[in-house]
Amino acid sequence: MPVLAWQPIAAIARGVQDGSLKAADLVAQALAAIDGQSDFAAIIATTPGRASQRAAEIDVRVAKGEQVGRLAGVPFIAKDNFLVFGAETTAASNILRGFTAPYLATAIEKLEAEGAICVAKANLDAFAHGSSTENSDFMTTKNPHDPTRVPGGSSGGSAAAVMLNMAPFALGTDTGGSIRLPASFTGAVGYKPTYGLVSRSGIVAMASSTDVVGPLTRTVADAALVLDVMAGQDSLDSTTIARDAEGYVLDEATDVRGKKIGVVAEYMGEGLQPGVKTQIDEAIAKLKQAGAEVIDVSMPTLPLALAVYYVLCPAEVSSNLSRYDGQRYGFTAKEAKTLDESIKQSRSQGFGKEAKRRIMIGTYVLSSGYYDAYYKRAQTVRTKLINEFAEAFEKVDFLLGPTSPTVAFKIGENTSDPLQMYLTDIMTVASNLTGNPAISIPAGTSEGLPVGLQLIGAQKADKQLLQIAQATEGILG
Amino acid sequence: MISPELRAKYTPTIGIECHVQLKTKTKLFSAVGNDAREAPPNTLVSHIDFGLPGALPVLNKQAVQLAARAAFALNSTPQLFSKFDRKHYFYPDLPMGYQITQYDEPIVLGGSVEIVVDGVHKTIGITRAHLEADAGKSVHPVNADFSLVDLNRAGTPLLEIVSEPDMHSAAEAKAYARELFLRMRYADVSDADLYYGNMRFDVNVSVSTTDQMGTRSETKNLNSFRSVEKAIEYEIDRQIEAIERGEAILQETRGWDDAKLKTISQRTKENADDYRYMPDPDLPPVIFTAEEVAAIKAQMGVTVEELRNKIHGLGASESLTEAILDQPPLVDILLATEKLLVDAGQMDRPNLGVQVTNWVGQLIPNIAEEASKAIDELQIVPQALIDLSIMYDEAKVSSTQAKAILKEVVLHGANPAAYAEEAGLMQESDEGAITAIVDQVIAENPKAAEDVKNGEMKAIGFLTGQVMKASQGKANPALATQLIKRQLGI
Repeated sequence: MPVLAWQPIAAIARGVQDGSLKAADLVAQALAAIDGQSDFAAIIATTPGRASQRAAEIDVRVAKGEQVGRLAGVPFIAKDNFLVFGAETTAASNILRGFTAPYLATAIEKLEAEGAICVAKANLDAFAHGSSTENSDFMTTKNPHDPTRVPGGSSGGSAAAVMLNMAPFALGTDTGGSIRLPASFTGAVGYKPTYGLVSRSGIVAMASSTDVVGPLTRTVADAALVLDVMAGQDSLDSTTIARDAEGYVLDEATDVRGKKIGVVAEYMGEGLQPGVKTQIDEAIAKLKQAGAEVIDVSMPTLPLALAVYYVLCPAEVSSNLSRYDGQRYGFTAKEAKTLDESIKQSRSQGFGKEAKRRIMIGTYVLSSGYYDAYYKRAQTVRTKLINEFAEAFEKVDFLLGPTSPTVAFKIGENTSDPLQMYLTDIMTVASNLTGNPAISIPAGTSEGLPVGLQLIGAQKADKQLLQIAQATEGILG
Repeated sequence: MISPELRAKYTPTIGIECHVQLKTKTKLFSAVGNDAREAPPNTLVSHIDFGLPGALPVLNKQAVQLAARAAFALNSTPQLFSKFDRKHYFYPDLPMGYQITQYDEPIVLGGSVEIVVDGVHKTIGITRAHLEADAGKSVHPVNADFSLVDLNRAGTPLLEIVSEPDMHSAAEAKAYARELFLRMRYADVSDADLYYGNMRFDVNVSVSTTDQMGTRSETKNLNSFRSVEKAIEYEIDRQIEAIERGEAILQETRGWDDAKLKTISQRTKENADDYRYMPDPDLPPVIFTAEEVAAIKAQMGVTVEELRNKIHGLGASESLTEAILDQPPLVDILLATEKLLVDAGQMDRPNLGVQVTNWVGQLIPNIAEEASKAIDELQIVPQALIDLSIMYDEAKVSSTQAKAILKEVVLHGANPAAYAEEAGLMQESDEGAITAIVDQVIAENPKAAEDVKNGEMKAIGFLTGQVMKASQGKANPALATQLIKRQLGI
């Protein structure tokens, strides 16, 4: 059976609501696409029981003439670090094997309230630590464009699933680039909202001060609709912010005429693959042609962002992973004789290499005697970076650059060199540290592989960013 | 044993950390009930307290308000900016692997409390007070190869009050602990029920013969004023003995054995944990505006000092005042009584206040104890206490009768006058009626009457007793004596 492409999300929901589409058929279509393409290793688990039940309920409600919601019957796939019902939540880690969520992530709850149906859990780098899904404790997801290459990470399963038409949209989390990078590597649209716009409640935490929830889709309009459903303050997450009164749905097209776009000089220099640079330069030319005012912007602290990130992120990771002690849920080492042994062995056996690496780095930078030299200093630079971003947005409406310096790399190419792997995030981490919204949209190909264009908006200017991204999407074709 | 002379050579220095459980409805970071006293294990546990993946703490605003009240009760003011930090260590009753506490920006910085020991007033400095979540409880059954964890307490809001090392005797430390109890209880910050561990004290003790402070030990988890006093006395002597033997004092954590009245070494601080404090990224800082602080201050009720003055002013002696302060339900009764007396313009009858404070401070606790009831299970109506005190003041009832009436009033809700009437407990003060009895008694006891006439005044006591007996205790004894004298012409 050929895998069918999905219509725009709004059209699917309208179809279900007017009875021309059946939620049950949509769920079956999604599950068939997942089953038929398991070679790509994008999916950890499906939720056929719960999904079919929800689909049947929605079809009954439609038959009764009830309004189901703006995402009526739309199947979606959640990264496996979202707590959902109907399957285990493992974050692709051995230590969470066997864990079934007793409560729902707020984002999932909001999507379900509008009629969306979660059909599967997507693969990721364990605990979202990585840029390729090669750090998954279970399997490596393959890039839909070239199965010998990675899909990017950590939301690689989600991005691949969307491009493999397994569902109209998937959810990811972005801590240092984990939505945008796989979007870039697979040709998807990946949206990272302003920090706090979507609740983190029910998301297996990576680095709490930079974690955000966002959609992976085929179009900017789809991403905007999904964001609109998820966005807003949540009493279960004290770091959430109020949603824009106008919402985020893109009703009417805007154009780029008169918009001031700053090309980030630090992102266009050394280390950028020529093929990627060509595509970005071409996109810039097209934007100019369409009437955008494009200027160069330099942010001197930007080159320090990656270093800052790899101090702060492991610090928070080491803290957030403390709860996995093998005593209450998930994996427990069987041969331990004492409590100490049980905690030590459960963690030693349950955590993968990368989680251990980050726990060690994080523990080190938080240790007394090193805290000031690393953690505190990194926070100081972070503040500087936030100020530089704010200054930049006094001069321009948006910042632009590539999402990644390279196209998707080969599976295994960077696994022996963690530092090289960390460099993959060099263009994405800064907006996580500052909290600014950012998006990756497809901008042509290089050597047959997708290139991602990154646009960054001012704090809380999510609507404006989505509007310009949609306009750019149109210009780039 | 150490001789008083040897002990006098050393100056002890004591600082105290006190954990006060705040009287919130719910836990510090989750919407689960905070009263774990009678709850079966692990029934007051949310996904947050259990440390499930994806669970985020949500700060209890009431706890912040109570901590701000505590600031004023400690002669301080809440900080306009404070924040929460994570303190990391692994223990099964700490589900997240870290405790959420306030490290370098606590909600209270600075403060002081006054204590009085042997009539000497002294000010004890407060270094800081910070909010933090309690851990759960580990239970280690005897002869079992497992331990049990109860997370009902996990997340209970605590305020840790840290004193300056300003105390130099066990008595001062005990007085400080009690003063904290009074302030936290009467500022409505905590139920301050020591029986349920609402207040727990860690005492840091060192001794020295010079200006230089000695190495200190920390004895943890003391849950009564007495154990604070006894543990410190023990530690002072233990350290002096060790130094006299030429041993070094170890910086260590010790526990208290309440049965043996001894402290026991638990662990030395040489291999102290590194808690890797880090700002908690899940919790925004706690910010107060000056207006909010002023509003909290305006809502503060009477201070302990004001209460002390009120109770003392009603007529209680200093020692009775302190005994009453130790039992908050009694204070509530006296405050209500005082208000009624003021409203009725009866404060110019000091006898009433003296009588009521004596009954409330001494008799009522005895009645409660005899009846095996808590004070707040008794039916104590302030107006009834005043009515009874007026009956006594006007000599309508004797002291003994008043006690009997009081018992009936508080145990069964009797009306004092009606009950006195019904039970025949009214004192006879009718001159004519008593004169008749006096005449009869004199006639029946001619020898005693003769003795009185001859100046043997102690015989009057005998005759008065006979009058009381004949009147079945109802005669006003003072009036009876007076009438005996008149009838005998002296």
